[in-house]
Amino acid sequence: MDFQIALILGQDGITNGAIYALLALALVLVFAVTRVIFIPQGEFVAYGALTLAMIGNNVFPATAWLLLGAGVAVAALDGLGALRAGQARKLPRVLAVNVGYPLAVIALLRLLPLAELGLAVQILLAMLVVVPLGPMMYRIVYQPIAEATVLVLLIVSVASHVAMVGLGLLFFGAEGYRTPPLSDARFDLGSLSISGQTIWVVAASIVLIVALALFFGRTIYGKALRATAINRNGARLMGIPPALAGKLTFLLAALIGVLSGVLISPITTIYYDSGFLIGLKGFVAAIIGGLASYPLAAFGAVLVGLLESFSSFWASAYKEVLVFTLIIPVLVWRSLTSHHVEEEE
Amino acid sequence: MATNNRADRPVLKVEGLCVSYGKVEALTDASITVGEGQIVTVIGPNGAGKTTMLSAIMGLLPSRGRIEFDSVAMVAPEVETMVASGMNLVPEKRELFGEMSVEDNLVLGAFQRYRMGLRDHAQTMEEIFTLFPRLRERRTQMAGTLSGGERQMLAVGRALMAKPKLLMLDEPSLGLAPLITREIFRIVTQLRSRGVSILLVEQNARAALQVADYAYVLETGGVAMEGPASELAGDRRVIDAYLGVGGKHQEMLAT
Repeated sequence: MDFQIALILGQDGITNGAIYALLALALVLVFAVTRVIFIPQGEFVAYGALTLAMIGNNVFPATAWLLLGAGVAVAALDGLGALRAGQARKLPRVLAVNVGYPLAVIALLRLLPLAELGLAVQILLAMLVVVPLGPMMYRIVYQPIAEATVLVLLIVSVASHVAMVGLGLLFFGAEGYRTPPLSDARFDLGSLSISGQTIWVVAASIVLIVALALFFGRTIYGKALRATAINRNGARLMGIPPALAGKLTFLLAALIGVLSGVLISPITTIYYDSGFLIGLKGFVAAIIGGLASYPLAAFGAVLVGLLESFSSFWASAYKEVLVFTLIIPVLVWRSLTSHHVEEEE
Repeated sequence: MATNNRADRPVLKVEGLCVSYGKVEALTDASITVGEGQIVTVIGPNGAGKTTMLSAIMGLLPSRGRIEFDSVAMVAPEVETMVASGMNLVPEKRELFGEMSVEDNLVLGAFQRYRMGLRDHAQTMEEIFTLFPRLRERRTQMAGTLSGGERQMLAVGRALMAKPKLLMLDEPSLGLAPLITREIFRIVTQLRSRGVSILLVEQNARAALQVADYAYVLETGGVAMEGPASELAGDRRVIDAYLGVGGKHQEMLAT
């Protein structure tokens, strides 16, 4: 291995690492606020990428039907709840948000000449379809059991993941897709050639991380999410509803997932089940951050990306094994350095 | 049992409140009233159900009975609706956001108002800083690094950010040095003059009876005695059970 190969591998590693960093941040965020280990995070990557691929191929994305179905389910749950509480005046809003919105998106997808739109518009459409699935999923799956133990929530996450992979096969078929790169430019720095896509990925990740930091540091809703993560009871007493915090968190997680999918799909072919492995690598990074530290998780993500690309050069058959083996020393190190804290009742 | 607190305009009226943890009944048929601008205290020994009562009124615990707040009957109260309608609880454990700054803690106290479109938290925060100058000095410090007294001040200040009609304080003197306790009670009286009604749960019965207008004695899950605070402070049974002898120094601290 010479210096040039190392540079190429390093570039690959950092590109993937930037995407894993986004996913790791989403996983840390979801766990901190809702105590859910969000295994379906990766499915949002695949759904985002494949929905974009469908739109690019001028095919109506079947995920829009899922959006409608989930919307109807949420409307039924929220509507019945409002009726039982004697708040029938809330019904029109519940219906407009949960059923009206998906119908509008479906109409938009039917009417627009999908393949002729610019890539940016196509990405926007894919986001309009997939991102709302995040909060809807929280409402249907997690909100009714929000007080359950971490283990129960984890098992429910596994179930949601399996269901979403199955639906993915139904929606997109077994074929894999690649979407066009966001930029075809190439920059030559001496012997190193950097693709425009790499710059896009790294820049978009940095912008998103900074935007998240500003959201959590400056806005009252961001502070409310942090407060919920720090002290659930205290947040409730301030009138911050746990359900609102949960939905907001899942909205951010879905947004991050879809953007990661858009960023990664020009680099790797995405299949209906590719999301799991990508999400799991984000999870390894999140574990390095102890599911609590954002900077450590981001650092871990770059480490995972680099380890992956270098091990694919030396021992490509073992590349996944090597990445996931990283968890063992990390867990040993964490269990030696951190004190066990009893979970608050 | 109906309550005899004849307040002109009751802010809070609780009748026949029952709370049970599984099969164990922690609160049986408790009735209390807090009038507008009144300080009402609930005293009683450990395990009498004082905290349970506050949690049930706030909607943190499911309960049976009638809760009327600001002349509106609250059916199955939810914490958010109670906060939105002007009730606020400072719990025994304070429940501060330890890894956030004093200022952020205060801002979040106004979250419900902000959500309802009332964006006056900057001005309210100035008022809180006037009430607790110490918090202004500590505004950028993490809440977790504050001393016990400062934490209690922050907890009260955070609750006041919501501009509540009724402030419920659970053991505000718990774990505080006598001088700090005195400071807290001084502020409680000051709040009343601003028109905030206060429901005060205390183990420090002497101090509580000093500042309160009306008092309830809670024993084993039920209201055992009630009356104007000054009368109860002179009642033989209350003196024997809660005030005792040798409590003279506390009396001096509470003035």
